[in-house]
Amino acid sequence: MLHRLQQPWVASIAIFVGFICIWAWFTTTTSGSGSAADAEYARLAGQSAPGQQASAIPSPWAVALRGYELIAHALDRDNPNNLGIAWHLLYSMGRVALGFTLALAVAVPLGFVLGLWPACYRALDPFIQVLRPVSPLAWMPLALYTFRDSTISTIFIIFICAVWPMLISTATGTASVRAEWLNVSCVFGVPRLEHVTRVVFPASVPMILSGMRISIGIAWFVIVAAEMVGAQSGIGYFIWNEWNNLQITSMIVAIVLVGGIGLALDVILKRIGERLSFRE
Amino acid sequence: MADLDINDVSMSFVDRSGKELRALDRISLAIEHSEFVCLIGHSGCGKSTLLNIVAGLLTPTSGAIRCAGAVVSGTAPERAMVFQSHALLPWMTCVENVHLAVKQAFRGASRSELMDRAEQALKLVHLEHAIGKYPFEISGGMKQRVGIARAFAVQPKVLLLDEPFGALDALTRSSLQDELMRIVETTKTTVVMVTHDIDEAIFLSDRIVALSNGPAARIGRIWKIETSRPRDRLKLTTDFEGIKYRKEILEFLYKKEPFPQLAS
Repeated sequence: MLHRLQQPWVASIAIFVGFICIWAWFTTTTSGSGSAADAEYARLAGQSAPGQQASAIPSPWAVALRGYELIAHALDRDNPNNLGIAWHLLYSMGRVALGFTLALAVAVPLGFVLGLWPACYRALDPFIQVLRPVSPLAWMPLALYTFRDSTISTIFIIFICAVWPMLISTATGTASVRAEWLNVSCVFGVPRLEHVTRVVFPASVPMILSGMRISIGIAWFVIVAAEMVGAQSGIGYFIWNEWNNLQITSMIVAIVLVGGIGLALDVILKRIGERLSFRE
Repeated sequence: MADLDINDVSMSFVDRSGKELRALDRISLAIEHSEFVCLIGHSGCGKSTLLNIVAGLLTPTSGAIRCAGAVVSGTAPERAMVFQSHALLPWMTCVENVHLAVKQAFRGASRSELMDRAEQALKLVHLEHAIGKYPFEISGGMKQRVGIARAFAVQPKVLLLDEPFGALDALTRSSLQDELMRIVETTKTTVVMVTHDIDEAIFLSDRIVALSNGPAARIGRIWKIETSRPRDRLKLTTDFEGIKYRKEILEFLYKKEPFPQLAS
């Protein structure tokens, strides 16, 4: 029994339960004690004030209830102004998928070329180094101005933030193939094309995949902010809209969902990575 | 005509501060057909550098290598190599690893013929059961067997071995030495091998070439090992002849050319 308790997942559940308890305690007890000023305010303000909540942060039960409601109506689409949350998540994932695929299509071949010809890498490196640290959102106004379309702009933002990690890791992976494998090609006279496809490429697959994993994380990270600025759908828009409606419970539910999907994307890419990488 | 002719080869490297370091100084050595030569010397003396020059992985600063009369420029399967770190490509099965090499050596042969050659090579080192396995699925000694099979499969004029058994335990090492000797005797391949192991050198070689300490290593001394073949490992370690060679080589390495750090 005791060794069971030492398993990490038991501790994780305990931490989760503890967190919920503290959250519940803070959000339910403040109404009784610390609200002398609130009571005064309510008396002065008359009928408009009693609507004020006990706490600014909703209780876990309220969030759970709201989560149930949102998920029960997740697939609603009869009212275009009141789309179900699943549709918002699908819009976001679609934009991430498009932007990420475009970035992949550019980054991997280009990174391969840069890795094979170090001179090209050195020539392009200053541009990469200057563009890479720019916050993707800094591109947003320029993208909106240029494309005059919010969906295309969001996809562009995803592209621009996902391209760098994949480009750099592909180039590094291609350029740093182990000397012993290069020697094998050399000694046995493997021709250039076969060398690239059968030695260099498989050798850099693990690096390419870890770049992809970083990129998808950043893309999912950035989509929320991008949609807050320039979209009429998607999970970022949803969160911003609920904020405007002061629906704090919905915002918290959305945050949990964003986190869960981010985790799922990471796990999927990790699995693909384990499948495609060679073992030693 | 010698199978391999190392003619007045010198090698210099330029270090980071731009200073020229001479690694090998005017080395000449002629190796006859189906001769087995071991290069021996302290680590860092330049024996692997010499082997890499013979392989064509390095270009000497001066001097030339001739293989069967033709001047060597760059690598070629006629000088196949077995690497210390087995150097199998982990994303290919054993037979694919051998096939990749065989394919380059026998251009124009059909796929089934190439596959046949690759499988034959693995059978030669008793690895028929590992044909479809990936390198991570087999032991270190088996990996090095595949490395040896790959090198023999291309039917090289000269086989180069760079401390091939250095990373293996003593028992595996002796069984691979036996295996190597058997194959070399049946194929009559010319071999140049770099090793640290004196017993291994005496057991396998027709000639042992000891390099002097670097920098600017030269050939320090050459022993002709005249023990008749097939050789008996046990007899070599107890017989007067084997002990004599062993003593002389040890004396050369530890008295005449002591390890650089110990000399000062």
